[in-house]
Amino acid sequence: MSVNLTLLTVMGALYACGIYLLLERSLTRVLLGLMLLANATNLLLLATGGYAGLAPIFNKDTPAGDYNDPLPQALILTSIVISFAVTAFMLGIIYRTWVLARQDEIQDDAEDRRVAETPSFDAEDDAVIPVETSEFPLAMIKAAAEEQPGSLNVDPRPEGGGE
Amino acid sequence: MNIASFAPLAVVLPILGAALTFLLIRYTRAQRAVSIALLTLTLMLECWLLASVWEGGTTAVNIGGWLPPWGIVMVVDQFSSLMLVVSSAVSLAVLIYATGQGMADGDRDAPVSIFHPTYLILVAGVSNAFLSGDLFNLYVGFEILLTASYVLITLGGTGPRIRAGVTYVVVSVVSSVLFLIAIAMIYGATGTINMADLAIKLGDLDQGTQTLLHVMLLVAFGIKAAVFPLSFWLPDSYPTAPAPVTAVFAGLLTKVGVYAMVRTETLLFPGDALNAPLMVAALLTMVVGILGALAQSDIKRLLSFTLVSHIGYMVFGLAMSTVAGLGAAVFYVAHHITIQTSLFLVTGLIERRGGSSSMDRVAGLAKLSPVLAVLFFIPAMNLAGIPPFSGFLGKLGLLQAGVELGTPLAYALVVGGVLTSLLTLLAIARVWNRAFWRKPSDAEHPDPVLLAAPEDSATGDRAGRTNVTLLPRTMVGSTLGLVVFGVALTVFAGPFFRVADQSAQQMLDRSPYIQAVLGENAPVPPAALPEQQGDGK
Repeated sequence: MSVNLTLLTVMGALYACGIYLLLERSLTRVLLGLMLLANATNLLLLATGGYAGLAPIFNKDTPAGDYNDPLPQALILTSIVISFAVTAFMLGIIYRTWVLARQDEIQDDAEDRRVAETPSFDAEDDAVIPVETSEFPLAMIKAAAEEQPGSLNVDPRPEGGGE
Repeated sequence: MNIASFAPLAVVLPILGAALTFLLIRYTRAQRAVSIALLTLTLMLECWLLASVWEGGTTAVNIGGWLPPWGIVMVVDQFSSLMLVVSSAVSLAVLIYATGQGMADGDRDAPVSIFHPTYLILVAGVSNAFLSGDLFNLYVGFEILLTASYVLITLGGTGPRIRAGVTYVVVSVVSSVLFLIAIAMIYGATGTINMADLAIKLGDLDQGTQTLLHVMLLVAFGIKAAVFPLSFWLPDSYPTAPAPVTAVFAGLLTKVGVYAMVRTETLLFPGDALNAPLMVAALLTMVVGILGALAQSDIKRLLSFTLVSHIGYMVFGLAMSTVAGLGAAVFYVAHHITIQTSLFLVTGLIERRGGSSSMDRVAGLAKLSPVLAVLFFIPAMNLAGIPPFSGFLGKLGLLQAGVELGTPLAYALVVGGVLTSLLTLLAIARVWNRAFWRKPSDAEHPDPVLLAAPEDSATGDRAGRTNVTLLPRTMVGSTLGLVVFGVALTVFAGPFFRVADQSAQQMLDRSPYIQAVLGENAPVPPAALPEQQGDGK
């Protein structure tokens, strides 16, 4: 299969620019990057069709080898339609971000940040004075411990947080 | 004229429904009736397809009468029809839930009228992906469901949803571009995109080209399925969407990725070329995912991390490429779709009843609403893999297959699987302890809704001051239906496991699929099956 060198060079340049733009933080540039990637892929699809040939309209006298391969072009058509829809949607989102936040940047996930910054200290498990959350107030446990000394391993701390 | 000729209806009916509901956009009642009716019809059709495939074997239908490998072909085999039935059942339950939510809240001010058409298009995309016998049609199926999901995840256009939507859209588009590049390269290398034809022709390529194409497909599908290094986007984007949307995404979308991975591994590139890297990815997915879940305090985010983690089990089963492993993976996919969706639906109910889905803000729900507690408890234990539930059976099948395989890596995965199961139990138990068992007054920052609601309102009661029903019957009913469906998977696990094993057998054999598409005389390549067993022993 012979390949058109110009097509390949353009495709490579589009991929390179597309990936570079995709790594930017500005949403508009990300969108431009996605569009370039989609178009580079369309060129790749076109290149898989091989050499240029006649339009694939059936004619009795033309040998089969002279026609162009129509399938990649059908695929490109579909992929253009899809990338059109996605681009339109992305533009909508970018506009909405601008309306809401007056900025054209990818925002951090606040909850993710919060979880990342949470210390390993857990109020329920690690507090020095045990927070009383059970149905049995500490007084009851203390009384039980006095009845049978040593049966319960409870530190009878006075007013330790019971009700 | 065989029964499979009706298979395209599984895609056409939801699209027709989308068109109708779009026309009825001002008539909410009619919209609901049409979408529920059409989805029920689709489900019945798919049950019929499953039954016919179960008796008559794999069948294919040529769309428009064009013969394969030139035309588009839809293939109904046991795996795809099983996935269709489970996914339609789940999406019907979620649709009823969403309808209930809409009726309770009144959809006047939110643009929810767009929900029904978009949702039906999502279902059509999922069906198309499951049925497709052609790589490019699979791509189109993915794009249909993804475009619908972009709209659903940003529904309402609030700040957090737009932020999550940006991540989701960009990542999905990149994975789709990768998939399209892989398709272009495969077409360049073989001159066909029909999957049955590819199964014959890909084997003739030299090893390096094969590996390149294989890896590209797996990476593209791995992003969609959220396999570990490519799973970062999921917990960021899913939790902000409305509860029914998150539920259906969690249940179905990642599983479509897993489905595509299964087809790649069994039909296109059989053999164990990439099994070791897949197993490592599976192990990391399981362990890293569940460790992420333990750190969360928001129930939706926690469940998103368990979703990522449990994808690891399916990849594990797939990477073994033995009948036992693949069969268990098929079983696990069906189980996980049901369970994960019901858990997200219950979280939606928790959010309504307790005012929030953060574990710092809700507490004491077991007393406030025992129904909710039961609805959460059953699928939660199922997810963690407590016997006798189907989660336990699926994991048991996977672990048995792993031990049977007996390689050191398989043993590492068995240990990782058990560990993940225990850690899932820990994560779920934290939710249970904090949200359900402690007293409402013990919550760190109790939500006003939690404290204001009357203590005895179990279902359908109206809270004193607000005019919003806390737990509408429709929502509870559809969640209950899904939970019961999950329990039914446990009760009928025997026959169900047989279906899974048989579909695994057929997928590894490959010849039923190829002959169904290309006719009886097709040159069938050697089955992956006996060779595999020879290698294993």
